[in-house]
Amino acid sequence: MAADPLGGRIAVVGASLAGLRAAEALREKGFAGELTLIGDEPHAPYDRPPLSKQVLLGRARAHEVTLPRVREVDARWRLGVRAEGVDPIGKRVLLADGGRVPYDRLLIATGTRARPWPVPGQAALDGVLTLRTSDDAAALVERLDAGPRRVLVIGAGFTGSEIASACRERGLAVTVAERGPAPLVGALGGVLGAFAGTVQRSHGVDLRCGVTVTALTGRGGRLTGAEFSDGTRIGAEVAVVCLGALRNTEWLAASGLAAGPRGVACDAGCRAFDMYGIVTDDVFVAGDVARFPHPLFEYQMLSLEHWGNAVAQAGVAAHNMVSPGPARRPHLTVPAFWSAQFGLNIKSVGVPTFSDRIVIAQGSPEEGRLVAVYGYRGRITAAVSVNRAKSLEHYLRLIESGAPFPPGPGAADGRGPRPSVPSDVPDPRLLSHGPTVALTGHLPDRGLTLLRQD
Amino acid sequence: MRIVVDLNRCQGYAQCVFLAPEVFELHGEEALMYDPAVPDGQLERVARAVAACPVGAVLAGERAGPGGG
Repeated sequence: MAADPLGGRIAVVGASLAGLRAAEALREKGFAGELTLIGDEPHAPYDRPPLSKQVLLGRARAHEVTLPRVREVDARWRLGVRAEGVDPIGKRVLLADGGRVPYDRLLIATGTRARPWPVPGQAALDGVLTLRTSDDAAALVERLDAGPRRVLVIGAGFTGSEIASACRERGLAVTVAERGPAPLVGALGGVLGAFAGTVQRSHGVDLRCGVTVTALTGRGGRLTGAEFSDGTRIGAEVAVVCLGALRNTEWLAASGLAAGPRGVACDAGCRAFDMYGIVTDDVFVAGDVARFPHPLFEYQMLSLEHWGNAVAQAGVAAHNMVSPGPARRPHLTVPAFWSAQFGLNIKSVGVPTFSDRIVIAQGSPEEGRLVAVYGYRGRITAAVSVNRAKSLEHYLRLIESGAPFPPGPGAADGRGPRPSVPSDVPDPRLLSHGPTVALTGHLPDRGLTLLRQD
Repeated sequence: MRIVVDLNRCQGYAQCVFLAPEVFELHGEEALMYDPAVPDGQLERVARAVAACPVGAVLAGERAGPGGG
């Protein structure tokens, strides 16, 4: 750290939600030095959640989702330039255009990108899309506006399900293919997965679970349809590949940091680990690209693709970047996310996949509104509401305090005790989409494990 | 002006929908959708919506990014 923590040079790589909010927080806390924000997209920081919801419904425009600023950041913006590496000794970020950005503290907030369709020739067919960026959203909206006869969504995680919802609302025929047993099952487990499947079918989605797409077919370079592992095939003019996200860590391969496919490992104070598991004091991590230990989940390292985590972790990282040791803060926020689909407001607190049992504590799937509470070894670890958001804060407190599972009668809605059932969280490897919450164990780096085995 | 709503914080009180219905709407019973790009004619209504939100979930401000940001 610089002699004066409020002076010196800070580089932020990643100019989306986490990078922006961290930059603002740095200035808020009095950082008066040189601040550079580097982003590979040419756009000013924008908000991604609307891209799979109101943007697809035509109620907001794809390139008009720029985030509001909290305050001025007085930064040097390097947008549309990819960071290609870090020189940790010379303390410089290496840019693809040959530029070099010197720093004395670095924040890594490079997030994720959409996992592409694995067969390049098929992925290149006209009509095969992914959805992660505002450019992606603009392209998808254009396709939907053209009124395709059928849209294929590959992967029934949150993004895929929200796209399917928008297609149905626009009156478009849509097929959803998911390798796992149900939509959303990877994030919410079997009970709510089954509920989500019922909802999709009742809204006219051609939902196909337990199958994989074996080929995307085309003619003259244009997508014409798809073949499935059960031998069936469909015609489709648009296919949206929703196979989860890849963490943007490749540019750190030679950095000596504990960076890999699961993210960049950091401590509870957002300080990055190097490849030996030694914590750095000048490199920080925030947002989707971070892997951080969480005390509520046995200190396992979490990788979260959540809007709220990006905001909270950016604030902690910024604070710690300009604060001396004893004044530093841990990132302890309980994970939370939301999704809007098929007219339902789905909200989650805690980590539903960190569970062995689930109980419907309020409402019911039949009513289309409910609160499901998840437990692990007799302790409440998560709660998910469907159209019952006001109830969730109560369960958040129970999660934070490690309250016993199942929740007591005060937490239910007066219908007497309800039975808990297995939460039925599948192995993420069995799903088409990647997990948006990943519990990734305690080791700072997978490569290090292999070294130790040698 | 741009807005963003912290939908983790939002509990569906829908005060914003009542005060600025051209910018905020409910999708189903309680899922909030909004236009992040506030039209000039709606600035005053949105300012009232920001102030009225019981959980303080609506953030309004100038566009982030280079050029003033």
